[in-house]
Amino acid sequence: MMIHSWGRYPICESKILNPDNDISVTDFAQNTTSDWIPRGLGRSYGDSALSGQVLTSKNLDYIIEFDPMTGILTSDAGVTLASLLKVFVPKGWFLPVTPGTQFVSLGGAVASDVHGKNHHGEGSFCDHVLSLKIATPTGMVTCSPTENEPLFRATCGGMGLTGFITQVTLKLNQIKSAYIQEVTHKANNLQEVMSLFEEHKDATYSVAWIDCMATGNELGRSLLMLGEHAQSGGLDAGQPGHLSLPFELPISPLNSFSTRLFNQLYYHRIRSSVQNKTVHYQPFFYPLDGIQNWNRMYGKKGFVQYQCVIPYAAGYQGMKALMDEISASKEASFLAVLKAMGPSNDNYLSFPMEGFTLALDFKYKPNVLALLDRLDDIVLDLGGRLYLTKDARMSEKMFKRGYPKWEEFMEVRESYGANKHIHSLQSKRLGLSS
Amino acid sequence: MRSIIIFGATSAIAEATARLFAQNGDRICLVARNTEKLTRLGKDLTARGAKEIISTSMDMNEVNQHAELIEKVSQQWGKIDIALIAHGTLPDQKACETSVELTLAELNTNAISTVALLTRLANQMESQGSGTLAVISSVAGDRGRQSNYVYGAAKGMVTRFLQGLRNRLAAKGIQVLDIKPGFVDTPMTESFTKGALWAQPEDIANCIVKGIEGKKSTIYTPWFWQWIMLIIKSIPEPIFKRLKL
Ligand SMILES: Cc1cc2nc3c(=O)[nH]c(=O)nc-3n(C[C@H](O)[C@H](O)[C@H](O)COP(=O)(O)OP(=O)(O)OC[C@H]3O[C@@H](n4cnc5c(N)ncnc54)[C@H](O)[C@@H]3O)c2cc1C
Ligand SMILES: NC(=O)c1ccc[n+]([C@@H]2O[C@H](COP(=O)([O-])OP(=O)(O)OC[C@H]3O[C@@H](n4cnc5c(N)ncnc54)[C@H](OP(=O)(O)O)[C@@H]3O)[C@@H](O)[C@H]2O)c1
Repeated sequence: MMIHSWGRYPICESKILNPDNDISVTDFAQNTTSDWIPRGLGRSYGDSALSGQVLTSKNLDYIIEFDPMTGILTSDAGVTLASLLKVFVPKGWFLPVTPGTQFVSLGGAVASDVHGKNHHGEGSFCDHVLSLKIATPTGMVTCSPTENEPLFRATCGGMGLTGFITQVTLKLNQIKSAYIQEVTHKANNLQEVMSLFEEHKDATYSVAWIDCMATGNELGRSLLMLGEHAQSGGLDAGQPGHLSLPFELPISPLNSFSTRLFNQLYYHRIRSSVQNKTVHYQPFFYPLDGIQNWNRMYGKKGFVQYQCVIPYAAGYQGMKALMDEISASKEASFLAVLKAMGPSNDNYLSFPMEGFTLALDFKYKPNVLALLDRLDDIVLDLGGRLYLTKDARMSEKMFKRGYPKWEEFMEVRESYGANKHIHSLQSKRLGLSS
Repeated sequence: MRSIIIFGATSAIAEATARLFAQNGDRICLVARNTEKLTRLGKDLTARGAKEIISTSMDMNEVNQHAELIEKVSQQWGKIDIALIAHGTLPDQKACETSVELTLAELNTNAISTVALLTRLANQMESQGSGTLAVISSVAGDRGRQSNYVYGAAKGMVTRFLQGLRNRLAAKGIQVLDIKPGFVDTPMTESFTKGALWAQPEDIANCIVKGIEGKKSTIYTPWFWQWIMLIIKSIPEPIFKRLKL
């Protein structure tokens, strides 16, 4: 059947397989003779989880063991972060790192080595992973930072290209409350928000929503949101909202006018320059999870995400160059997020690096693709790179220059026979599949 | 903490429901055929908070094994608060039309084994003076259609049997809940193309738990199936028999 991921672009004819035990996964990995890729919940935006055959973790969703003394959890890779939170928040535990949606699988979180609002302090998801079991074309392999390390380094952030992760062991963090103390700072421009990040680098969580439509001396005006786990308020797991967009809209209501209006309203919703409040973790971490299928808002052709990171050395001038290009293009990004990242790790294809990351959504159209090509040039010049899990269009050159360890990655792929049939549309486009 | 027994515990809908019970700290006896899956499910439910797990492997068509199991569990736990019956198969209607053996086997799995279980469980709960019998039938039992009337007949029998039991046990304070799901995305329906009417097992599980807690008699899940079935049931037979349903 035809499938796509969160951006609804591109679309791919694919055979979907839902194995329900490790043995059938390993059998498949060892014996299939045509292209395949693992797939979780399809929350990646582009073509990373698309191939002629997709092997999903849908029916591999059992928790295996939890030790309440240490917080160490072992689970099948198909368990979703949402279901883990529902079980473990009431027991006083929280994910060490979480992306901006809870509807991702554990396997997907590992394969993209996802980051959250605490990257500057806690690193990315795989920095908290103790070990993995992976069904490779040579059989089932256990790996960790100390056992079969190259396979671990290649699989964390490796976009499913080393095999199918069946089992993940990670350590949860203890919490006293399901609530977050949120402080919002208003920043009048880019310079201000960048120094606010620096000033608040000790905050546990930080992220800025940025108005990409603002220009001139308001360029980069934003709201910086900081968060700390509250010490009281109870441990209820809460609920994501239940609104849903049941079908794609024939004409997308998102255009430069509505986006400008939304951004204006959003910015001015905060009156004072600093606002304090206590919020449940659900709206703090997952503001969009309350509206299921919000991606259908972008209409038939879907949309693309663009997430880049540029090193601190590129500084204000670098980020300004990007923002100038975006605001001059008049292409509206409904949601734009800026975040300061901590140091990178040793995984071959993990995205984070010390610097600033900017994430933008654009409705899919040719003008946008041209804009993104221009942004690519700026990012490359500044020594940055793009996030693979959001990507549907970058060039092989852009990828290989941004990810200098791609050759080590390929060696691991070869040593486990993964280069034979494990291919996604993305891996073919990026020169990781010959 | 409630004491719960689930038949067909490895069904996708039963698993999702068992997880809600586990999170509530209940103790659960799991009955199913696939021992490997039973072990995995038991561990999962323990990690999620179940107080105690008993796993028993059983083919539900072995009706002579039911009594011993029910006896054992009610002795060990003093009583059974909730029994959930979830096992079932989706017959190949076309194949049934040319095979009496297959048709009878499907009726056994989807109706007779459930009737046998209910007979024993009803007496157990009657002697306890409390309890909930929750059974997954189907919207398919509401009206016979050419595309799956073997399944529909079996589920219809379960519904009718439950109706009678409810009438018998209401005065004793025992809840008899008939759960009628519409289309659910589970291994049973793996080969179907899924559209807007399809629900996830977790949605059904939430409705089941609410139905039990709300002391309901019959629930359509998701709720809109009540209206769809109302329309389907109200079509006069002379017209209905000509429809390709
Ligand atoms: C609203 C929204 C907000 C987001 N916010 C963030 C954020 O803040 N930070 C962030 O880092 N990301 C974020 N993401 C991206 C998301 O976290 C990642 O794309 C994640 O990998 C999706 O997981 P999934 O289970 O849906 O995987 P899929 O999208 O199905 O797959 C993603 C990749 O993982 C691989 N994969 C999946 N399962 C397995 C497995 N079992 N074994 C091996 N490989 C596997 C696939 O092959 C594919 O390459 C966001 C996405 C959305 C929709
Ligand atoms: N899915 C739907 O759209 C839908 C709609 C309406 C009603 N229902 C009903 O919902 C219930 C649960 O089904 P499901 O959708 O969750 O499908 P499922 O995951 O396929 O579950 C069916 C379960 O029944 C078990 N089973 C079948 N025959 C058995 C037997 N003789 N002895 C013991 N166990 C047996 C199967 O065990 P094995 O794994 O060992 O085969 C399986 O675990 C069924 O009663 C079904 O009729 C489903």
